[in-house]
Amino acid sequence: MNRASFFIPLVIFILIMGIGYVGFNLDDRHELPSALLGKPFPQFSAPLLSDPEQQISRENLIGQPALVNVWATWCPTCKAEHEELNRIAATTDILLVGINYKDVTTKAKRWLADYGDPFDFVIVDADGALGIELGVYGAPETFLLNARGEIVYKRVGDINPRIWRDELAPRLAQLGVSQQRVDPPASGLMTEVVQ
Amino acid sequence: MRRMTFIKLAWAMLIGLPVLCWASGPVDIYQFDSDEEHRRYKLLIEEFRCPKCLNTNIAGSDAPIAQDLRRTVHRLVVQDGLTDQEVRDFLQARYGDFVLYNPPFSARTYVIWLMPGLLAVLAIFVLISLLRRARSRRGLILDDAAEAQLKAILKEE
Repeated sequence: MNRASFFIPLVIFILIMGIGYVGFNLDDRHELPSALLGKPFPQFSAPLLSDPEQQISRENLIGQPALVNVWATWCPTCKAEHEELNRIAATTDILLVGINYKDVTTKAKRWLADYGDPFDFVIVDADGALGIELGVYGAPETFLLNARGEIVYKRVGDINPRIWRDELAPRLAQLGVSQQRVDPPASGLMTEVVQ
Repeated sequence: MRRMTFIKLAWAMLIGLPVLCWASGPVDIYQFDSDEEHRRYKLLIEEFRCPKCLNTNIAGSDAPIAQDLRRTVHRLVVQDGLTDQEVRDFLQARYGDFVLYNPPFSARTYVIWLMPGLLAVLAIFVLISLLRRARSRRGLILDDAAEAQLKAILKEE
């Protein structure tokens, strides 16, 4: 027997380990391809958080680009991204819509009172039915719609300055949403310096 | 005598252990119009993968999203009267191929579909070459010179 062939099992073993090492390091849990990308935002009817008598539907989201953020008070990551949403609301003129997902209305209202309300309006999805239509499997999830109401981008996980810079800001620019130029935050995540 | 009973008991426990692993999934209370609908519902929830928990079907998961999806499947089957295939299409349209434990053959999934076949072909190839090598070794034929050398070595011993 050829001596080199003794090493074949070792090579195969190392190969399998290598594939495993790379594969398990690919944290692609957040990269489930959204089946809805490029598709129109689904039809729905859901009450407004501020006024449950008023029903909101798909028609209220079209006509201008919109950022639809699925959030809940039971979701810690939603707290983490809230500041960034406040900043986006303050510095762009995009329509920012919240979907309060499987939450308690009183808690949701208190949350917005305590931490600031970045949303133009918030829709209540008490039983998660709208979430199912959107393929939501956990909060927070954020959808970017163009003016025709088509989903052009979806983010599962928090919106943070890096996601804003790499994913959202260029797409908003493409959609023609005006953005104020902002001073870089102290964390230095935005490297552009305004003279 | 007592020792025998102890051993029997130990065996019974060992054999009975898997029964404990028959973990029944979470229980929901739903109404069905017919046994047929109930049967279809049960088969369907076995078929979909829970998007949150990655390696459990929606029948076996207690994650909130799995509960919501079971409720949705129930609604689609009982209220909306969808066929099994329409239920699959409904969930696939919203959650993608990911929810299907039986994903369609496509540009993204061809590797997982073809891999077993490729590995089988490879295995057959390796097996054939091993058998061939074993056979050629068994039929080792010595020429006269080698035969004489072998005898000389054996005599020396």
